[in-house]
Amino acid sequence: MVHIKRMQEDGTDILAVVGEIDASSSIELDFAIAKSVGEGSKMILVDCTALEYISSAGLGVFMSYIEEIRDKHIRMVLFGLKEKVANTFQILGLADLIHISVNKQEAKKLIHELPV
Amino acid sequence: MSYQYNIGCSLENLKGVRDFVRKSLRGHVTSDIQLNEIILALDEMCSNLMIHAHHCNPDHHLEMRIDVPEKGKLIFEIMDDGEMFDINLFHEPEIGSLIHEKRKGGLGIRLVKSIMDEVLYITRNGRHVCRLTKAV
Repeated sequence: MVHIKRMQEDGTDILAVVGEIDASSSIELDFAIAKSVGEGSKMILVDCTALEYISSAGLGVFMSYIEEIRDKHIRMVLFGLKEKVANTFQILGLADLIHISVNKQEAKKLIHELPV
Repeated sequence: MSYQYNIGCSLENLKGVRDFVRKSLRGHVTSDIQLNEIILALDEMCSNLMIHAHHCNPDHHLEMRIDVPEKGKLIFEIMDDGEMFDINLFHEPEIGSLIHEKRKGGLGIRLVKSIMDEVLYITRNGRHVCRLTKAV
């Protein structure tokens, strides 16, 4: 139900999330972020352009990395969220805790501006 | 109008729940954002029941019913024979504590309560019924 493709671009890890993330598939997102963080990536962009749906299980994965990425001086930005997906983040106030950009260009700009 | 769907308690079946809700509400909910919120709330309720009341046993079943008694009013009922899992008895955890404890759960209840107008539990014919209402 979800497919995550990992790419490298200009020293940044890009995780492209395709499909739907719910309680049965959130583990895929967890694995992908854990791998990226575990291999020492310092800049991670999460491409949500093809993310059609996210439930609390997926939101919980992003939340569970907030402290670790801060402690390890990793910068992570999500981009390309559809309005209905962005709304799910907003209901819980997570849009204020996770860096979100409109598109890839803005996300690349933001990730270089974020304090380490 | 009313719609009914039976679900085995496997998390793999959540996609089917979402598709059922989306198809049933076609014509009853016009906003794509609001439709996604309702689908999300029902996905969360079913996954909570599957995990906490039925331990993801696919031989156990939930029965979902959607009623549209009048234009602009939606009633959702989820019926089961498992342990009572009443979200009204759970306090939503603080976001800050979830982040600190790296807990991946606990957000679903908050979402359901934010999205639905009312969540109440009744017993009918010896079965638990969770009734959620939403004005659209």
